[in-house]
Amino acid sequence: MKYGYFPGCSLERNAAAYDKSTKAVAVPLGMEFVEVEDWNCCGATEYISLNLLASYALSARNLAQAMRTDGLGELVAPCSACYLNLTKCDKNMRESPSLTAKVNEALAAGGLSYKPGSMRVRHLLDVVVNDVGFDTVRAKVTRPLNGLKIAPYYGCFLARPGYVPVDDPEQPIVLDRLLEALGAEVVDFSLKSQCCGGHMTQISEGMGLEMIRRLVQTASESGADLIATICPMCQLNLDAFQGAMNRHFGLNLHLPVLYFTQMMGLAFGIEREALGIGSELVNAREALSLIGSTPESDAGGPPKRVKKDDKALPMPVPLARA
Amino acid sequence: MTSAVAETSHSPAVEKKFLQQVMSNTPGETHLDMCIQCGSCGGCCPSAAEMDHTPRSLIALIRAGNFEEVLNSNTPWYCVSCYFCTVRCPQEVHVTDVMYTLKRMAVQAGIKDPCAAPDFSKTFVSWVENYGRAFELGLMSMFRLRHDPFGVVRITDMAVGMLSKGRMDIAPTSIKGLSGLKAILARAKALEVVA
Repeated sequence: MKYGYFPGCSLERNAAAYDKSTKAVAVPLGMEFVEVEDWNCCGATEYISLNLLASYALSARNLAQAMRTDGLGELVAPCSACYLNLTKCDKNMRESPSLTAKVNEALAAGGLSYKPGSMRVRHLLDVVVNDVGFDTVRAKVTRPLNGLKIAPYYGCFLARPGYVPVDDPEQPIVLDRLLEALGAEVVDFSLKSQCCGGHMTQISEGMGLEMIRRLVQTASESGADLIATICPMCQLNLDAFQGAMNRHFGLNLHLPVLYFTQMMGLAFGIEREALGIGSELVNAREALSLIGSTPESDAGGPPKRVKKDDKALPMPVPLARA
Repeated sequence: MTSAVAETSHSPAVEKKFLQQVMSNTPGETHLDMCIQCGSCGGCCPSAAEMDHTPRSLIALIRAGNFEEVLNSNTPWYCVSCYFCTVRCPQEVHVTDVMYTLKRMAVQAGIKDPCAAPDFSKTFVSWVENYGRAFELGLMSMFRLRHDPFGVVRITDMAVGMLSKGRMDIAPTSIKGLSGLKAILARAKALEVVA
């Protein structure tokens, strides 16, 4: 399966591990990526806050550049913000001929044009789950992630606002299923689709750090050894600002945050270095040493009941164990 | 009497005009005129506590034509763009996109920045317009030095960590077709003024 590939600014540098691990797992999964020629920034959430038409022209230039790559109708974006901006641009241009006319008038200044609907923009997770499929993923697992408890973290843009229905906007599930297919134990992470705060650490530090605290602390209390994410902004906030968050709240949390592609790579037996593992600021070495260990709950049949209080009244014993 | 009413921001004509402006400046269907003031948006907003007005109040102010209070509010700038309000609104009001529209209208009206967020957007965009790509180190250092120079200390370990792990560039990267991109953005801005 061949796709256009839109890495975006984050994957160039701060999320280079996401780019590296995506390319490493693409080979065994049979995905071929052709990078969009001379792509530009998607504008994140900033450009559209200042100029409407310029922000659409910025995204449309990327779509036009992607369209020029012969034979590719699908464009994959691993970054959730790039994914949303490209999708939003195409969707609103499709629905509004007047917007399309203006955007194309702007693009003409750079010798480009874009026909809305020409590119189908996909999130990388959507492609892995729906094009490659769980069966293929499962078949490639040589080193199952047994013993590792993972909190799946979706963030916002995969399923919200949901221009393309990929998953449930409130309770997404595809990443849970994918991590299970890798052999990991997926913990019940109640905040899995909550926001990481985006740029809030810069605008209002206390509020930004509080949003990060809620996520890291809740994931930690859910019993997770690490968080698996699908977005560079989420990774940056939860990983790089975890130290600042601990200091701000007087906490001592240590929860590594890795990309779902890195988890796939580990399960496929790919070398850690080839997956960019080690570039996270909250070191994942200790958590990853759990891979292959037997989870407590699987250790020899049902867990033994410990009677806490000798003087307590007898409680009914479950039928299965009686 | 009639003329006095017409001059206040609460006259029916002004009310309708501002509401229509916000709606027409937002691509897609906003359904802004369908709001039933239930407050679901503010109830699920992760940053509502820091906002001058909850999203529900802001929508009421838009419909009352109180454009001064709306455009001076910090509310749109504290929107984290999580889209929970948008997917939970029983009337399908596209609250998040309306927030983006209000930010643009405030900037274009030359409103004094109600918080640091507009300058963050402007700094981010200046790198994109000059190089075609975002530049995190430049953005964070320029913005921090302007707004919170002593706060730089609090993120020093993070910045050092990012640099030592090779996760931050020390100089911006430029795209090849920069002159073309600049021409596209200049034309887009000129067209936006006409519209």
